[in-house]
Amino acid sequence: MTGALAAVTAAAPPWAAWGGAFGHPFFQHALLAGTAIAAAAGLTGYFLVLRAQVFVGDALSHVAFTGALAALAFGADLRIGLYAAAVAVALLLGGMGTRGRADDVAIGSVFSWILGLGVFFLTLYTTSRSAGNGSAGVSVLFGSIFGLSSAQALTAALVGLGICATLAAVARPLLFASLDEAVAAARGVPVRLLGFGFLALAGVCAAEATQAVGSLLILGLLAAPAGAAHRLTGRPLPALALSGALAVAEMWTGLAVSYAVPRMPPSFSILAAATAVYAATYLPTLRRRPAV
Amino acid sequence: MTTPARTPGAVPRQDTGTDPARSAAPVVSLRGASVRIGGRTLWSDVGLDVGAGQFVAILGPNGVGKSTLLKVLLGVLPPASGEVRVLGTAPGRAGQRVGYLPQRRSFDPSLRMRGLDIVRLGWDGDRWGLPLPWSAGRRDAGRRIAEVVELVGASGYAHRPIGRLSGGEQQRLLIAQALVRRPELLLLDEPLDSLDLPNQAAVAALVGRICREEGVTVMMVAHDVNPILSRLDRVVYLAEGGAVTGPPERVITAETLSRLYGTPIEVLRTSDGRLVVVGQPEAPARHTDRHTAGGRP
Repeated sequence: MTGALAAVTAAAPPWAAWGGAFGHPFFQHALLAGTAIAAAAGLTGYFLVLRAQVFVGDALSHVAFTGALAALAFGADLRIGLYAAAVAVALLLGGMGTRGRADDVAIGSVFSWILGLGVFFLTLYTTSRSAGNGSAGVSVLFGSIFGLSSAQALTAALVGLGICATLAAVARPLLFASLDEAVAAARGVPVRLLGFGFLALAGVCAAEATQAVGSLLILGLLAAPAGAAHRLTGRPLPALALSGALAVAEMWTGLAVSYAVPRMPPSFSILAAATAVYAATYLPTLRRRPAV
Repeated sequence: MTTPARTPGAVPRQDTGTDPARSAAPVVSLRGASVRIGGRTLWSDVGLDVGAGQFVAILGPNGVGKSTLLKVLLGVLPPASGEVRVLGTAPGRAGQRVGYLPQRRSFDPSLRMRGLDIVRLGWDGDRWGLPLPWSAGRRDAGRRIAEVVELVGASGYAHRPIGRLSGGEQQRLLIAQALVRRPELLLLDEPLDSLDLPNQAAVAALVGRICREEGVTVMMVAHDVNPILSRLDRVVYLAEGGAVTGPPERVITAETLSRLYGTPIEVLRTSDGRLVVVGQPEAPARHTDRHTAGGRP
């Protein structure tokens, strides 16, 4: 009995492993960037869900891929392509839909074409710049949060913080405009400007999140925490905060799991955590309804 | 009527709303106003003065521009010509002193936001930044929202998700939203549309009570004048060439309406006092649709 206890104490205590994790610069960078990106995605996602614009997030993820590869193909910094493409297309979608709200048909037509363009740039990049990073396509698609440099992590943190601050500043008018456009406009809320501004912000957020979870998986980070928050509370401002908090918690869980189990890529762990939380919000409804 | 603390942040506005000024100057005035949408003139040469505390119905056939008149008063749409004044300033400048209820909105049934949250949007939805959890404004907000929800008789269900409420319940909460900042002028666009008959009567009574007891000037676009007929001070009958305004018994007559529309129109009075306007230039199919849908006997 005492022997067993001694063995447990002698083995490394669980927190020692985490002390080790925080000692690695790559993990510090991932934690810093991941937290800011998750908070930004959680808050942006809340409004995307509320405004029924989740599809915009999906379109933006394809655009982010194409933008990044275009930048690489032309020998520029990948992030320039990411931001430029995501923001430009977000504004374009807003312009195509009526009154600053992108509509489904517009998004559907734009985004498959853009993905094709991305494949074109990938081919261009791999054939013309054989000296370049051959796995760039994969890392843009699926993210490489454990591979961020300290400068990249700092940029990601600042951009994420900026998105959060902006959304907090416009939270109430944006909420008003999303739920009740005519009354908000009559009360002097710049409904149209807010619609475009929000889409541009979603573009920045998608570009930023691409670096963490990859362009293909952004949608999960935008939609899952927000969807769970919408299901958990009806009060708008608490739901907004909850969405951000859930996204951050899921990001931390994902990073921790991937650190502990190196075979799990962080993008997978983060989205697995996000999906699990969203699925868990359905449990109470299942229990209320007895099996048929 | 005294109106303390109109703004939740309490910035005193230059108009103090003193009673002599309010009773002397009309709340709404139009002089030779006309409106044009996409090159088509909807109505022109409309003159109108609405005094404080009056209950006014805006009537006319479909497509004549009744809702457009409200949009002009809100400052969302500029008039093509003429002068429009609302509460002593240009339209759109009166801010929260004007409450607005647009034409029937319905909320998605899956929307979990509570009725109280929808009312709250009317209180501080136009303000930037986030409310501080410990500020005094928060208590004021809670008190005023509870008060206005009580006024419209929605206390029993205001905490339930808005998407699950009936049309009449939603309409009351939306009226509460329009009223929460104590507006002096309330602009309502077909608030009785798509309600069943008992709810039509109840909401009409509520609006009449708000007008009489709270001293709020009410301008209501209506398709059917009958539910509000007994409460009206004046009606505005809109037509392409202009408008006739006055007390309902003088405006809703065969003679006046025939002259306004330049076509023979009959006004029939049923045994229970309802007015039926026959022959006004309106799409007939739509007219009968509305009436059968309303389950009118």
